[in-house]
Amino acid sequence: MAKKKQVGYLSAKEARRISKENRKITNEFEKKRKRKNVPESEYLTTMHDPKNAVEFDDLHTYFYTDAGTVKAVDGVSFNVPIGKTVGVVGESGCGKSVTSLSLMQLLQRPQGQVASGEIRLNLGDKAYDVTKAPNSAMQKIRGNVVSMIFQEPMTALNPVFRIGEQIEEVLELHNVDHMTEHQMKERTIELLEMVGIANSEGVYKMFPHELSGGMRQRVVIAMALACNPRVIIADEPTTALDVTIQAQILDLLRNLKDKINSSIMFITHDLGVIAEMADFVVVMYAGRIIERGTAQEIFHHPAHPYTIGLMASKPVVGKDVEKLYSIPGKVPNPINMPNYCYFKDRCEMCVKGCEGAYPKEIKLSETHSVSCYRYYGQKED
Amino acid sequence: MSKEKAQNLRIDNTFDPVTYDPQYILMVNNLKKYFPIKGGMISRTVGYVKAVDGVTFNLKRGTTMGLVGESGCGKTTCGRTILRLSGDKTGGQVLFNGKEVYDLSDREMRSMRTKMQIIFQDPFSSLSPRLPVGEIIGEAVREHNVVSRAEFDDYIDGVMDNCGLQPFHKDRYPHEFSGGQRQRICIARALAVNPEFVVCDEPVSALDVSIQAQIINLLEDLQEKYKLTYLFISHDLSVVEHISDTVGVMYLGNLVEYGTTKDIFGEPLHPYTKALFSAIPVPDPDAKMKRIVLEGSIPSPANPPSGCKFHTRCANCMKICSEVTPEWKEIRPGHFCACHLYDDVKPAETAAE
Repeated sequence: MAKKKQVGYLSAKEARRISKENRKITNEFEKKRKRKNVPESEYLTTMHDPKNAVEFDDLHTYFYTDAGTVKAVDGVSFNVPIGKTVGVVGESGCGKSVTSLSLMQLLQRPQGQVASGEIRLNLGDKAYDVTKAPNSAMQKIRGNVVSMIFQEPMTALNPVFRIGEQIEEVLELHNVDHMTEHQMKERTIELLEMVGIANSEGVYKMFPHELSGGMRQRVVIAMALACNPRVIIADEPTTALDVTIQAQILDLLRNLKDKINSSIMFITHDLGVIAEMADFVVVMYAGRIIERGTAQEIFHHPAHPYTIGLMASKPVVGKDVEKLYSIPGKVPNPINMPNYCYFKDRCEMCVKGCEGAYPKEIKLSETHSVSCYRYYGQKED
Repeated sequence: MSKEKAQNLRIDNTFDPVTYDPQYILMVNNLKKYFPIKGGMISRTVGYVKAVDGVTFNLKRGTTMGLVGESGCGKTTCGRTILRLSGDKTGGQVLFNGKEVYDLSDREMRSMRTKMQIIFQDPFSSLSPRLPVGEIIGEAVREHNVVSRAEFDDYIDGVMDNCGLQPFHKDRYPHEFSGGQRQRICIARALAVNPEFVVCDEPVSALDVSIQAQIINLLEDLQEKYKLTYLFISHDLSVVEHISDTVGVMYLGNLVEYGTTKDIFGEPLHPYTKALFSAIPVPDPDAKMKRIVLEGSIPSPANPPSGCKFHTRCANCMKICSEVTPEWKEIRPGHFCACHLYDDVKPAETAAE
């Protein structure tokens, strides 16, 4: 048939071969991960800069699917400084969520595996390499040191447990301060008040379905903050919410960050939200970082054609444009990535050098760097 | 209890009928849509959810009206009620090209369907997974005999081409397409029967920013080409500002403000509109904003607050607000608002802020 000859269609024989190979690879990863009594020295490491809460170093997260290996995150390195907010922007499928899930070690296993690279997590007196840490160690970290605010508050809460029970579960599991049951309840109610729920005693006894979307998101935030985490990952926390509720939640997150001095990794595709929240911005495209810098640098002097296109394609209130700019084409197939710049086929600002291999990152200033051939010449001058 | 409840249950259906004005393709007058709440032993109606509670606006031919508001304020129900897609209306008038939509017989309604179409919010659930794309787009064309059988294939190719789809996509199934492509299929499906009026129910909310721009541009191009009229429902204010000529702001089943896009975004009158606009995040890290944060969330439409429905969250709440429902009046030419702050302002006169 004609269809079989098309690109992207696999014969059954080939699919079998791929899945057999995949199993070999993933079994090895799984074996390593399931070992018991792993000595701490194996995943103990030192931070390159003690002022950072998290350091991603050349992270590669692959998904071994039956259709081929998807390089969801392909060599990402960036730092999250203590007490700062780092915004991660990009289209859906660019690997921003997978980056954060790698830090939490919550990848869809066994297909999803961190193939190489390090994620160094600062625990104050020591530092762990999360990618090598076994499950038993991860369990102490998740929810305690690193916690996550999920995208959809509707699905992140368990419908059959009361709000109070769900928050207390986190406290109970990581009972750091050896609280009694009564103290835990007090702490839970205090948390609910902290996230701006007026009727905290009442909400404590409610079920998730009795709350509105904004309230549920507050509960999810309260749960994430329960153990005063050092790092909060906010994965599109306001995408499912209205503008007015979004404003409330963003205000809340900003105030809370100052109160407990933790770092936030803020993942979103809304540039407006990023501008408001983030100190540093990382722009991702097809599994790689294409540009990074402070929020001022990224918004006032975007350098990569993709970032520029992204800015131009968003209508802004009070700015009249005849026609919105739209980036032509679409993201390349994640299984067969080209060996040149991933954005070349959609780029309208191509230069001669673009024919070459994927461009290396180039520094424009102390904090601002970009992966694009357009800036290679400038540096030599 | 019975007296109070009985009063609640009675539906007030008094309005001044409007007469048809040919410059407007759609005239909506005091439109109401209540959903009954069943309860008790024998499933009696114990109350109503007032999803749309007296909406009035006129829509000029070839223009786009944006309808904005929080989720749960009745924007989608309003759009569906205009198209007669959610059962009978509860009260009011919908004049489409001068004809009351709800007075048409089934047969007349069927032919009217080709003139008014809808693009649904979620391109992932509004396409049948079992039909190839050509059939999804062509089904209505064949049913309504829009073109003769001989021209059918070419016609579908033409429609698909207009919406940025390739002819070979015809034999594919929806799951083979990305979100943006699916939304194009939805648009092609709606436009295949040559409508005059299209309700776009959050057509870009489920899409990425870069895809959003493509779809918005497509909608604008098609409007120019076929002189379409859009009712654009969205909660993304920046998109609405870009695409609309007039904007209506809804709160809890009512329009609270209506006017041209320039007036609404330049000088919002109603406190709710002001709060809504101040909540828009601006993509500029140095922008310092005075944000009006609305406390709490939208009240239940089954039991709305008395007087002005917004008074529970309003920053400028006065004593009168909780007692008397504000009048819907023209504060400036073409700029309507329902708020007690403008009680002293004479209708349609320039007022100083």
